[in-house]
Amino acid sequence: MSALVLSLLSGVFICGAAGYLGSLMLSRRMALVAGPLGHLTLPGIALGLVYGFNVSLGAFPFVILGVVLIWLLDAKTKLPMEALTALVFASGVAVAFLFLPIDQAEAALIGDIASAGLGDTAFSIAVSVAVIVAVKRAYPELVIANISEELAAAEGIPVTRYNLLYLLLIALIVALGVQMVGGLLTAALVAIPPLAARNVSKNLSQYARGSAAIGVVSAVAGILLFEATGFPAGPLVVIVSTVIFLGTLPFAGPVHGPTRATIHR
Amino acid sequence: MNAEPARVGRDARSAQAMPEDDAPLLQVSGLSVTLEDQVVLSDLSFTVTRGEVMTILGPNGAGKTVLLRSLLGTFPHEGSVRWKRGTRIGYVPQRLPYIRDIPLSVTDFFALKRGAGRDVGGMLATVGLPPQLAGQRIGDLSSGQFQRVLIAWALAGDPQVLLFDEPTTGVDVTGEETVYALLARLHRERSLTMLLVTHDLAVVHRLSSTVLCLNKQAVCHGPPLETLTPDNLRRLYGTEVKFYAHKHEHEHAEETPA
Repeated sequence: MSALVLSLLSGVFICGAAGYLGSLMLSRRMALVAGPLGHLTLPGIALGLVYGFNVSLGAFPFVILGVVLIWLLDAKTKLPMEALTALVFASGVAVAFLFLPIDQAEAALIGDIASAGLGDTAFSIAVSVAVIVAVKRAYPELVIANISEELAAAEGIPVTRYNLLYLLLIALIVALGVQMVGGLLTAALVAIPPLAARNVSKNLSQYARGSAAIGVVSAVAGILLFEATGFPAGPLVVIVSTVIFLGTLPFAGPVHGPTRATIHR
Repeated sequence: MNAEPARVGRDARSAQAMPEDDAPLLQVSGLSVTLEDQVVLSDLSFTVTRGEVMTILGPNGAGKTVLLRSLLGTFPHEGSVRWKRGTRIGYVPQRLPYIRDIPLSVTDFFALKRGAGRDVGGMLATVGLPPQLAGQRIGDLSSGQFQRVLIAWALAGDPQVLLFDEPTTGVDVTGEETVYALLARLHRERSLTMLLVTHDLAVVHRLSSTVLCLNKQAVCHGPPLETLTPDNLRRLYGTEVKFYAHKHEHEHAEETPA
């Protein structure tokens, strides 16, 4: 199979799963967590590049470490999430550049999906499908837990367990996303599609599916643009999703926008 | 902030449940909550029996919301909170700010609830809302409609107990039935046990069978007429309070750090 087909397959699955998962993250204002987690993957990506193995595999232990840290610190301290993530972000970048050769920095920072082989692609598809299935099964519980932990508790939903599941799913997607767009841009894969989908959705299923679809379209368009122009694919994917978001803005009237939330408080 | 998972849940429920059939629905003993070295609740003990309507009355910062959260198991606490085995709880929160972050229709909201059934129109009718509301986005509801939707949502699981954090008084969307009249009707029709957090003395008198006066500790507890003596109210609020004098027109500040 050609590199283009493999890139497209990886992109469709990774970005589709990221968009779908992202539709949950927005409800919790936790999309920002994905950013620092992405940065924390940089040492792992560096290891993968230096020793020549799949960068997602390298990224995964680091992102799990980040998830555990965030989960523990969130449970044990009252530090705001932003402070925790800033801490994690800086240390991730610092450690990565201790041993990452500077000529390989581009792949680590903005991804290199064109280098994905058949095995890498199969791995990405398998993990993406697993994430999609897990999100679909746990969607109602995750939405309720995201809306209110008390409401979830009254429903008998084990909130702590679902929080952990949620963070693990984010970790998986971030680890996959680094192949696609690198450690700097993974947050965009989960954050931008739901932002765009929210502007044009009237209900939850339109929102969740729309978010996944916008992820897929961004990936395909970004990779095709990469083929046509030679600019790096990762940034192109992110730029396409941003353009889609801008395109949805005219539909985000006051009724659909978040500003409405302040009116009825 | 996270806390231990609820002990009232589907699978956790049996962990602290009591076997006897005539046991109280809820037994709280020695409940204490400390937040950042501040005592929020101190050595609280009470029981709630089936069909009881207990109001929890107290000034701002008295720990009322913290008490509800502790009863739901989302707040780390000392002492024990024991729900009777298999108790289904409906919780009506004071507000849900995050719910407006996602495009959620009323029907979607009910679909999230396991075992709620599909008759959203019927569930809305129970609380005096028109069925056409089912297709509307949650974010587009008025605050009065939203509160009724939350009540309907809590009722959809056919709970035995309703926990209600600060029902807003004076909201009357249908022009027929106030929220309190609605609660009184639900109590009659379903013999629902209720725990209501409120500031409103009128509500306490009209609706509740018992009142728990809370100001970090239980100041008084019993049937409202006997319990809400001028003396006790002075101890609760620290100043003279006239019966029915408290008008509930303002929004109350969050009682607990977010």
